[in-house]
Amino acid sequence: MHQKVDSSLIKRKVTKNRLFYFIFILATLISLSFLVILIYRILSQGIGYLNIDFLRNFPAPYIDKAGIFAGLMGSIFMIAITAPVSIILGVSTALYLEEYAKDNKFTRFIQVNVQNLAGVPSIVFGLLGLTFFVYIMGFGYTLISGALTMSLLVLPVIVVASQEAIRSVPQELREASIGMGATRWQTIWRIVLPTSIPGIITGSILALSRAIGETAPLIIVGAAAAIYTIPDSFLSRYTVMPIQIYSWTARPQEEWQYVAAAGIIVLLIILLCMNAIAVWIRNKFQKRY
Amino acid sequence: MVNKRDNISYSVQDMIKKNKKNKGLHNLVEKLVPIFLFLCAGVSVITTIGILFTLLRESISFFREISFADFYLGTHWSPWTDHFGVAPLIAGTLLITCIAICVALPLGLAAAIYLSEYASENARKVIKPILEILAGIPTVVYGFFALTFVSPMLQYIFTDMRIFNALSAGIVVGIMIIPMIASLSEDAMNAVPNTLRDGALGLGATRFEVATKVVLPAAFSGIVASVVLATSRAIGETMIVTIAAGATPNLTFNPTESIQTLTAFIVQGAKGDTSYLSTIYKSIYAVGITLFIFTLLMNILSQYIARRFKEDY
Repeated sequence: MHQKVDSSLIKRKVTKNRLFYFIFILATLISLSFLVILIYRILSQGIGYLNIDFLRNFPAPYIDKAGIFAGLMGSIFMIAITAPVSIILGVSTALYLEEYAKDNKFTRFIQVNVQNLAGVPSIVFGLLGLTFFVYIMGFGYTLISGALTMSLLVLPVIVVASQEAIRSVPQELREASIGMGATRWQTIWRIVLPTSIPGIITGSILALSRAIGETAPLIIVGAAAAIYTIPDSFLSRYTVMPIQIYSWTARPQEEWQYVAAAGIIVLLIILLCMNAIAVWIRNKFQKRY
Repeated sequence: MVNKRDNISYSVQDMIKKNKKNKGLHNLVEKLVPIFLFLCAGVSVITTIGILFTLLRESISFFREISFADFYLGTHWSPWTDHFGVAPLIAGTLLITCIAICVALPLGLAAAIYLSEYASENARKVIKPILEILAGIPTVVYGFFALTFVSPMLQYIFTDMRIFNALSAGIVVGIMIIPMIASLSEDAMNAVPNTLRDGALGLGATRFEVATKVVLPAAFSGIVASVVLATSRAIGETMIVTIAAGATPNLTFNPTESIQTLTAFIVQGAKGDTSYLSTIYKSIYAVGITLFIFTLLMNILSQYIARRFKEDY
């Protein structure tokens, strides 16, 4: 006896499957289209205002005189402080957790703590910086306050990325090194770090590119929009690119939007370069074991 | 032959001698390095303590001036005229978060299902990184986009809507968190073993049925965790709402109105000529600790869900 197959049921199932296939593709395309529209809008608005003078000029009250030079240099100076501080602290923390720490409650506490710090809104780091660096340490609204606040902000990201890189170094390499008579630190310095450095650098660059685009905490710790000099010490007033973009966006006259868009193009190009370098390092140097 | 052996034993002895000379230094390094690394690891703990300490210190002195009940039960926020009822700011934050989730949840989840269940390996390899670019765009750029593009577009539909409104800011916050939901949910779905899919397909299920009846339930904890994490990001998002949502504390759930969120007030309060230790200065910390508690609860919830309901295969 053959059971009769309900062909209409199957047909319905197949149609439903096809329908949802298109819905899912459509949703993915809509998500991607946001990126396309965003990039297109910014390019079409800003490209006309982008020229050498825009890169060389300080902020100015007139549209054709305004430039992003102070912001560009401010961002570079800030990263020049943030990068060493956050990478040294971050990699050291990761090394401690992965290579030295015993699996006890305190280690797990540090681990959970790092994860939770990564989820704290950036503006709360701004409040920390305002109380601690600006007022208690007495740095005021200066470059060093902003750079140290940023270091703490990106620290958890660098720790997590470095931990993953260090964890991916196979245990056999460590055992071989110890077996040859190397000490623990020699093993770390000569075997673990060189093997994991591509992953660490990639993670660090990605974290620092987040710091370059960050605006809110720097408003809180006093990066100003109207800065007509380049920082000449840790205790100089400063501005950064996102702050400039924000101040241009916030102006009511429509023409300033084009200046803001030109600033955004410069910012996005720098972020794109950093990301490209990070991906290149990962693909070129990372070994899989 | 003998000579050679002498040579070797000589050099080994030499090495041992040399090694002994360096041993003191080596031992010192071996002892100091873990201490240095431990101190560095302590910085992240100190940061957490610092955040709690600063938020609590200024908030406690704020609550000495303004009562707890006035702050959390009051419905009028106007700090420059001494009205400190935080409800309008919380309402603004919730409104933005709701709009953002309404945008990001369907799009992000659908994209995750497409990438994990339908897309070819090559398509996935291309689309996922492009989608993740959205997560790397600075929020000030999204704010610019919301104000100069999304708002004017929406004004074609809601003709009497002002340029600063909750809707455009909320939509753009949603766009920002799409890749977070899509990427993390896709990871969770990818972790579901293929044997389950093959089993269902072998019984005659369509791909859609496999996705909704097998993969989604199996990856449910990871998906919920990603949504909760994205919600936390939306709550803490600052620049988009500062630029596009206006600066009008408004106890409303009407998305076409101008509002202010917790984060946007912190920017406004810190940016102005707020003097150190004034009531307004302290109020940004009271708002800050409210925001911190919201996001901390969401993060803990997300980790708890991911751990508690995780299915191991």
